Amino acid sequence: MIEVLKTGFLTSIQDRGRYNHRHHGVPISGVMDEISANMANALLGNSIEDAVMEITLSGPELLFESDAIITLCGAFMSPTINEKELLNDEVYHIKAGSVLKFGRPSRGIRCYLAVSGGFQTEFVLGSRSWYSSVTPVESLYVGMHLPLSKKSGLKKDSGSRVNSGHNYNSNIIEVEKGPEFNLLSEHHKAQLLNGIFNISKQNNRMAYQLKQQILKHSYSILTSSTLPGTVQLTPSGKLIILMKDAQTTGGYPRILQLTDASIALLSQKSTSDEVDFVLKQ
Amino acid sequence: MDKFKLSYKPYGQNALLIEWPRMINESVLQDILRFKQLIAVDYPELEQIPAYNSLCLVARTPIDFNKLTRGIMAIYAEGFILPSHSKKVWEIPVCYDLSFGIDMEEFSLQKKMSIQHIIDLHTRPVYTVYCIGFLPGFMYLGGLNSSLIQPRRSEPRLRIPKGSVGIGGEQTGVYPQESPGGWNIIGNSPVPLFDPSNEKPCKISVGDGIKFYQIDKAQHELIKIQTETKIFEFKSYLSDD
Repeated sequence: MIEVLKTGFLTSIQDRGRYNHRHHGVPISGVMDEISANMANALLGNSIEDAVMEITLSGPELLFESDAIITLCGAFMSPTINEKELLNDEVYHIKAGSVLKFGRPSRGIRCYLAVSGGFQTEFVLGSRSWYSSVTPVESLYVGMHLPLSKKSGLKKDSGSRVNSGHNYNSNIIEVEKGPEFNLLSEHHKAQLLNGIFNISKQNNRMAYQLKQQILKHSYSILTSSTLPGTVQLTPSGKLIILMKDAQTTGGYPRILQLTDASIALLSQKSTSDEVDFVLKQ
Repeated sequence: MDKFKLSYKPYGQNALLIEWPRMINESVLQDILRFKQLIAVDYPELEQIPAYNSLCLVARTPIDFNKLTRGIMAIYAEGFILPSHSKKVWEIPVCYDLSFGIDMEEFSLQKKMSIQHIIDLHTRPVYTVYCIGFLPGFMYLGGLNSSLIQPRRSEPRLRIPKGSVGIGGEQTGVYPQESPGGWNIIGNSPVPLFDPSNEKPCKISVGDGIKFYQIDKAQHELIKIQTETKIFEFKSYLSDD
């Protein structure tokens, strides 16, 4: 078990998401940055489906009540164990009684803590991902105990790096044309693909809004399916990028669709960061 | 059997979006649902999300768009004669007491209609579920009596209680969870439309019918207790209309 001493800004347990309930309006949820989370599981030899802890902006304080093998990937948040500095992307054997703490993020905003065998919190509708109105909790609370896997040795194929992680300095968000891209005027398309955008304060697990608007329009659709990574255009010209906890349907035109890798990269960006849309060739 | 001209669009790396002509009616909806049933036979691994005039097919991994589209188009071209199935109609209790229907008095003044007349018009139709989205278990219903159409409130409320029944434009429905919202609230339903502790968390599906019936405050209280102790049974009947 791990006991939560402090919660951090927004810390939750996530796996690859909750599938097959979208037709009832249940969002996918799951890790925002799949690339970093997959890497954390791979380093420990876990299954890609194992649940990890997603730590956003400021980290929690965690007391290990039993021995554990851990790794941290994604945002670098100056982690320490019993005041001793740790690195990202390294495997550590933690002794019972140790306390894991974090500092401020210096690169990216979402850090993934994986434990050998994965977090064993409750499965609800086929997933351990936390989401309010589906799971009993949506973020860590002080005094909470998180169950770990009983068979928590390192697997044989541990340490294999599936990828090299992100280029955190890149602002390039690779997109494909969304279902309503072709409704747009040439002027709208040029604004969208040549413009430079910044992330507004409204950015969370549901959606990232952009500060700059493009021209007003009167294109409309009947409410239809949306996906994580869909860029919606509101009538006033606001751009909203849907993320993992987004609603499953929407009535705004879906003008662009981020690639999975771009969703992961965008998840490491925050308020004021720049975003340049580039059409995938 | 109606046949429509469909369009097939790629939607990201993992999804295919099928669109029907832009209209809201039962024949489009029935065509979508029959097509969905057949696709599920050949492609059980795809998640299918129906809405008013669309069906989105989503895979867990990147799809070969052209190949999948050819396969799906062939199913539609073959045509399908499925026996016309009767519609499942769910009976949903609603308490229109003013303590729940916080906008009812204003609504009645604006419409120049008595509250009981509004309730009669609201409980008369069998509404059709065209789409489920926005929140887990939130139904987009069609079939509101045209004299009850009322624009959304200019200032959305930050918190609408769970179970609130409202009217927004041409739509009516129930908020399955507490949420922000701009609809005119006329009542409250004590039954849970989404229960994650059930293996099938939402009993209602797109294409089903919804019939509201009026209950008083005491019945509302009773049904609430019944749902909390899990002894409440949803009532439904089959209709051939």
